[in-house]
Amino acid sequence: MSAPEAALPPFAERVRAAVGDAHLHEAIDRATGQLQARRAAAFASLEAADLVRDHARAAKLEVLANLDTLLEQFEANARANGIAVHWARDAAEAQQLVVEIARAAGCRRAVKAKSMVTEEIHLNPALEAAGLRVVETDLGEYVVQLRADRPSHIILPIIHLTKEDVGRTMEERLAVPYTSVPQELCALARARLRAEFLEADLGISGGNFAIVESGSIGLVSNEGNIRMVTTLPRVHVALVGIEKLVPTLADWERTVQVLARSATGQKITVYTTLVNGPRRSPSDEGPEQVHVILLDHGRSATLAGDEAEILACIRCGACLNVCPVFRNIGGHAYGDTYPGPMGAVLTPSLRGLPGWEELPQASSLCGACRDVCPVRIDLPRLLLSLRAKAVEREPVALAQRLLMKAYAFLATRPRLLRLAMKCARAFALRRARDGWVARSPGLPGLLRGWTEQRDWKVPAARTFDDWWEQRRGSA
Amino acid sequence: MADATPHPSNPSRRVQFFATCLVNDFLPEAGIASVELLESAGIVVERPRGLTCCGQPAYNAGFRAEAKRVARRTFELLARTEGPIVVPSGSCADMLVHQGEELFRDEPDFLATVRAVAARVRELTQFLVERLGAPAPRAAAAPERPRTKVAYHPSCHLARGLGVTKAPVDLLAARADFELVPVADADECCGFGGLFSVKQPAISGAMLDRKCRALEASGADVVASCDAGCLLQLAGGMRRRGLSLRACHVAELLE
Repeated sequence: MSAPEAALPPFAERVRAAVGDAHLHEAIDRATGQLQARRAAAFASLEAADLVRDHARAAKLEVLANLDTLLEQFEANARANGIAVHWARDAAEAQQLVVEIARAAGCRRAVKAKSMVTEEIHLNPALEAAGLRVVETDLGEYVVQLRADRPSHIILPIIHLTKEDVGRTMEERLAVPYTSVPQELCALARARLRAEFLEADLGISGGNFAIVESGSIGLVSNEGNIRMVTTLPRVHVALVGIEKLVPTLADWERTVQVLARSATGQKITVYTTLVNGPRRSPSDEGPEQVHVILLDHGRSATLAGDEAEILACIRCGACLNVCPVFRNIGGHAYGDTYPGPMGAVLTPSLRGLPGWEELPQASSLCGACRDVCPVRIDLPRLLLSLRAKAVEREPVALAQRLLMKAYAFLATRPRLLRLAMKCARAFALRRARDGWVARSPGLPGLLRGWTEQRDWKVPAARTFDDWWEQRRGSA
Repeated sequence: MADATPHPSNPSRRVQFFATCLVNDFLPEAGIASVELLESAGIVVERPRGLTCCGQPAYNAGFRAEAKRVARRTFELLARTEGPIVVPSGSCADMLVHQGEELFRDEPDFLATVRAVAARVRELTQFLVERLGAPAPRAAAAPERPRTKVAYHPSCHLARGLGVTKAPVDLLAARADFELVPVADADECCGFGGLFSVKQPAISGAMLDRKCRALEASGADVVASCDAGCLLQLAGGMRRRGLSLRACHVAELLE
């Protein structure tokens, strides 16, 4: 359980800054508009797409229902492949394990694949503190590292930036001439990263899948960097959340199809990798050591709670792209590693609600996320569940409690409700013009919030019930 | 979804009408238009006494105890009636059809009541098309006078919750005096979301800004929806932003 870092401004402030940021909206709109169209086209080309999604969901739910035994089976099968399997309860243990593996093998230079779980446990600063050089090799993450920024999307780390921003960053940090041509920007990064790959002795990746049947780690990427990270350095460490299991290779095959389609609108990623262990003989290629660190960090506690379904998430990012809240506030406003609807559920689940109560509130419950989720996670239900938990367990503003008590009292007493609405009408009429109340600072909380963004309609003089009763009376 | 309507050859002509709290107090004209629309189709409309609200405001805010108090009373009142229950607001209908199940999941005895009521609930346009069939296509002859340009706003809980996307559009499209105009990102939420609109005004307002811009760009004279909450958000939002579009319930246009 961990509240937000002290330096993090309050959620309302983060939101206000983001909704006023036209540059952010331009960057996000450019990317998400394209992604939504590509995703739809990619699913149109998948035969029996609904069945494939159902199967992927069933595989993930099977994992959650049998996580303990499947983890043990995975561990045994991975060990049989020559993979060293480690367990980490929390971020500190995971950081320590990576540092120890690096020390024991005498590693000094690490190259990293894009991995949200390493963001989650703040691995880079811990490795740097232990004296390792760490270079991100995913293009987006490389730019994030150059800017000392944070990723704002789980698939597109720099969705908050435009290609012009990237050009200026490279100009400034790499002392190269400015360009905003994507191919030239890629070539600049490629030239530098190639040297890093060749000199690195430690490769660090996440894991999109841990396949129980085969004891292997499944990875997907489009840039080829993950294949380099997992094959060139002497030592490969994969950090994997314990929920990333899939039971069989057939499950992996189906899930990877909906993952690529949902994430980037591709039928399959350019590189789809299975890591089956270290090299078997000195003449083989590949790392001498492969380690898998299975990370809990709040997942067991989540599994035991009402929001366990979020652990079926395969991190495709589709729910971010369709979310009108994400598209208006971007990823950084969520304040932690995972943004968007999945993040609004996962962050309070993994870190505990205190300090994160606002995240589940930041949703109109429009359901676009549930529709687009490849494994059909009922995200609105989970958001509602967290809201209920916040009301039960956390301090809630007295005004809100009183409001809800008053609502329940009146809505179960129609005559009193009718009287209350007549009073509300009288109150509104004194402040209204043409039947509408504009923004006015003197209004009570509920109406202040409403009139901040829109006018308030004065309650009707003749309600529907009035009409009905008059009609019946005169009939 | 269970079928609440009796066999088509002998459909009950009586329905129970649940106006909902927002329609009752803020958009009575939508409720009146709904009743008149039903009656003009030969349906006998009854209004169970004492209905107020479905409980959604408290449910969405996480206040389950308060939501249960309100919803239990509504389910009980509706359970004493017979025939289809017609609701002129998509999210309230979705509350009764889907969310009651979640709200009362720890009360198996009451769940039977919830399910029996849920199976009878229909949103207004859903009911009209189910009962009367899809309307005949519009007559080919071009009308003499200019047609009203109508933008249909598909509310999230009607479209994604209840899966009703065609019925309101078909009903509007069948009318010779309307021209349905497309709206960019039409299925994107207007930002209402119940208390979300009040508790997160900055986010809700940003969503509303986008919706207003899209509606303005559509060239529509009027935006029509089947959800009282969205209509209050849109009407108040467009008024604040100085737009001349009118917002009204689909029933008011069809009447």
